[in-house]
Amino acid sequence: MKKGRRYSAKRGWSLLSHERRVEQALLISALSSVFILGLIIIFIFLEGLPAFRAAGVTGFLTGLTWAPTKSVFGILPMILGSLWVTGGALLLGAPVGVLCAVFLAEFAPPRVADAARVSVQMLAAIPSVVFGFIGLILVVPFVREYIGGPGFSVLASSIVLGIMILPTVVSISLDAIESLPRSYKEGAMALGATRWQVVSMVIVPSARSGILAATILGMGRALGETMAVIMVAGNSLKVPTGLLSPVRTLTSGIALEMGYAEGLHRQALFAMGIVLMTLILALNLMASAVSRGRSK
Amino acid sequence: MKDRLGTLLVWASGMLVMGVLLAIISIVLVRGLPFLSLEFLTQAPQKMGREGGILPMIAGTFLLALVAVPVATVLGVGAAIYLSEYTVEGRLTRIVRSGTEILAGVPSIIFGLFGFVLFVLTLGFGWSVVSGGLTIAFMTLPTIIRTSEESLRAVPRIYRDVSYALGAGKWHTIRKVVLPSAGQGILTGVMLALGRAVAETAAVIFTAGSSLRFPTSPFDPVRTMAVHFYILAREGISMDRAYATAAALIVLILVVNSVALMLMRRYRARF
Repeated sequence: MKKGRRYSAKRGWSLLSHERRVEQALLISALSSVFILGLIIIFIFLEGLPAFRAAGVTGFLTGLTWAPTKSVFGILPMILGSLWVTGGALLLGAPVGVLCAVFLAEFAPPRVADAARVSVQMLAAIPSVVFGFIGLILVVPFVREYIGGPGFSVLASSIVLGIMILPTVVSISLDAIESLPRSYKEGAMALGATRWQVVSMVIVPSARSGILAATILGMGRALGETMAVIMVAGNSLKVPTGLLSPVRTLTSGIALEMGYAEGLHRQALFAMGIVLMTLILALNLMASAVSRGRSK
Repeated sequence: MKDRLGTLLVWASGMLVMGVLLAIISIVLVRGLPFLSLEFLTQAPQKMGREGGILPMIAGTFLLALVAVPVATVLGVGAAIYLSEYTVEGRLTRIVRSGTEILAGVPSIIFGLFGFVLFVLTLGFGWSVVSGGLTIAFMTLPTIIRTSEESLRAVPRIYRDVSYALGAGKWHTIRKVVLPSAGQGILTGVMLALGRAVAETAAVIFTAGSSLRFPTSPFDPVRTMAVHFYILAREGISMDRAYATAAALIVLILVVNSVALMLMRRYRARF
């Protein structure tokens, strides 16, 4: 047994330590997403905080004037702009998205459901610049011709964003509907409910927390969308007064000026990033609180 | 009555989603394909893109993906292996999972800002393939983690048990048995990430730049097809060429995502 080193204690130990090293490397990659999230927050805050200090938190958040050349940084019009278009997108996109999820789960014949599912996935893959472009050549002229105003508007942005949040709303609502126990539906059917009654009285109410989470995440998408909004919103710095006024959102405000901003101006753009990031984090926390409530 | 109306609304919504997709694709293809020629794909642009083709942008798009996708795959698949094979549900998995979820919800413009400070300025990579690629790698990481973890979990327990029974160690089993079985599923995530890398604009424009020159090194700035399309369309440089670029972009994205969908179906059918 002198040469039988294969099963020696030493070899066994080195194998074990090899396994250990692999496990550690894998643990590091598992933590990478948390680490990157942390890095993003740190870098955005480090770059943006000086602008908060220079303009004052309230001055920055509630100021009505954005004049980088005079070092006046008030972002209220852009915050309101973001809220307007996000609200509009939700009003248009969320009901259609939820109904589409109901269609996929309950109404569509298998073949149609299949095609619709593929469409939803493909819709998620279309680049946001393409959505913006379609908005620019179709939606903006439509609003200008038939509804009024310059066309570049809250309304045009809401329509484009309403379409863009569909994949998020549909897929998460669909998950919620499909995870309901079959007995809910069967029970209602056995009581003689029609298909629509089952949907409106049993399925949608039971899946409401999932649907709510879907809507909140859709809101996050609308709030964070940049390139499509730039192309259809008009990017005016005035406080929007209605559906037809042109707006600038936080995201498009950042993207429009990042190319040439320097010094305090650039820091102010990062400070807008802080505001955006805070809103997004809040929405995410809400969504996970809502869906955790469901699983309990 | 209520029934009729409800059913009608549900069908209308379903049809609307399909209709919108079809409309977008057909508008871009109908208007763009006539201008899409071999010359357009193989020539350099002239006069800011008013004339000539998009060869440097195609190269830029692929180079960027060439940096982004492997980095995201290594990190993402590693994370997925750890989550599915090495740990039980607990505090760690909860932290990693919510971190991944939040990262997936971070807007691309924020990734752009972040990549700009970290890679372009702090690490001194400048506007380059590397800066843009790493930014996109971080952005697509959640996609790869999620699909890979799902695929790994779908591999039946018995595969691992048989391998252990034959005397294989844990890592050996993962490498030789679990990963190859989950291959198609993992590849789905990789293709989805590739699709997102090709489609992205906001995060790329501030990290990779918008240079029109043909890139010769990983530290050269590039303009991707999506960024080129954005600049052509927004600045009204050339509508014909904007449509043609969009058509090339859409075709590429449809191909990549169809492959992803097909792989996912095959994988689901298998397990």
